Amino acid sequence: MIEITNIYKEFDATPVLKGISATFENGKTSLVIGQSGSGKTVLLKCMLGLLSPEKGDICYDGRHYDDMTGDEKRDLRKEIGMVFQGGALFDSSTVEENVMFPLKMFTHQPYNEMLERVNFVLQRVNLENVNNKYPDELSGGMQKRVAIARAIVMNPKYLFCDEPNSGLDPNTAIIIDNLIQEITQEYNITTIINSHDMNSVMEIGEKIIFLKNGVKEWEGTSYDIFRTDNKAITDFVYSSNLFKKVREAQLKENK
Amino acid sequence: MLQQVFKSPQKRSVFRELIFKEIEDLGISSIGIVAFISFFVGGVVVIQTALNLESPLTPKYLIGYASRESLILEFSPTLISIILAGKVGSYITSSIGTMRVTEQIDALEVMGINSLNHLVLPKIIANVFFYPFVIIISITLGILGGWTAGIITDLVTSNDYLIGIRSDFEPFHVTYSLIKTAVFAFVIATIPAYHGFYVKGGAIEVGKASTRSVVWTSIVIIVLNYFLTQMLLGK
Repeated sequence: MIEITNIYKEFDATPVLKGISATFENGKTSLVIGQSGSGKTVLLKCMLGLLSPEKGDICYDGRHYDDMTGDEKRDLRKEIGMVFQGGALFDSSTVEENVMFPLKMFTHQPYNEMLERVNFVLQRVNLENVNNKYPDELSGGMQKRVAIARAIVMNPKYLFCDEPNSGLDPNTAIIIDNLIQEITQEYNITTIINSHDMNSVMEIGEKIIFLKNGVKEWEGTSYDIFRTDNKAITDFVYSSNLFKKVREAQLKENK
Repeated sequence: MLQQVFKSPQKRSVFRELIFKEIEDLGISSIGIVAFISFFVGGVVVIQTALNLESPLTPKYLIGYASRESLILEFSPTLISIILAGKVGSYITSSIGTMRVTEQIDALEVMGINSLNHLVLPKIIANVFFYPFVIIISITLGILGGWTAGIITDLVTSNDYLIGIRSDFEPFHVTYSLIKTAVFAFVIATIPAYHGFYVKGGAIEVGKASTRSVVWTSIVIIVLNYFLTQMLLGK
């Protein structure tokens, strides 16, 4: 479980996060949603230690991030998997080298065992015969799946995904969403996804946190999101014509 | 930055692999251009020296001597380093800068890897230990180029040239040249790495950072050249 309390972050005296608190539970997929510029990625980077918040506490299963030594932070990061928005695959390395990289760095397994594990996770994300391909030889969806494979190869306790289906077609996006949710449940991982994709919210949002201008405006489930009266979230959800029509149909049905 | 760079590597076997990869990318791949330039510049040095020695009283072997000295003392360590600052420096800045803007460095950090140590230290080691060999190749080919040019143009005989390059040889000049090279190699690895590592923005910023790193690396090499020469050869 990850608990964040009262996170403040500013850039050049401009506040980006204003006192965010939330709890992310094990085995659940939590979504942080909001418009571009609402502070989602900054929040994720603060939780990962890539940015230092001005104020607030981040606690991983009782371990307070600020109280950790450099080595403890490094050890914690070995328990974290991260899927970046653009995949962040090492472009001069093959798929196999990319996925094997954390194993090479942090384990003393012989090559054959590492290869076995790499092939296992690649199969788990439904990728085959791509071991020797370079990232730029793969489609966007395949690159995301390689990024997921790399993120889970070390059996992480925590999985962070920054807009994992941005730039993907709706079908591939759903496949990626479902894959993340399956992996979360299968390995009992604490998964946090940044997204502004309402399909993801509908598909996998077990817990949703809505950010607006760096403030947590709303928190609930995908069931609650269509029933809330919070104007900020309804404006966000129904900014899409499709969802507007769904909403109108729902209201008609209720009458 | 340097404190993080010089921390002990997290996995020695991976670090060893990285050093060999950098020797190939930064060192071996530069040998071709260094050889080409050195051979021809060696020739030009001989031609110009010969044309400027107008007095019939000046012995011809001085052409070989002057060429050897200018190649060992200045051309090979300094000029080749400036050329490498352009070739290798821009490569280091753009490769690290691209890793920064495509979040590959963040990916390393999230995995718990000291990205500065992982990306920069192998480049420093590869440069500092391999460039002296490149400069020795440059000196050798420069002298060979001068010899060839001297024979082809008939400005100096083979015998005079060979006497010249062997006369009054001061071994410390080679040591001085290699010390300078090692210092410049460190500069060629660190300044571009700094510009790449801290780049912000996108492709255009990476391009600008590459240009900036080449300019600064060249300036630092020129200034250090002055101070090193004063320190090592000055009386």
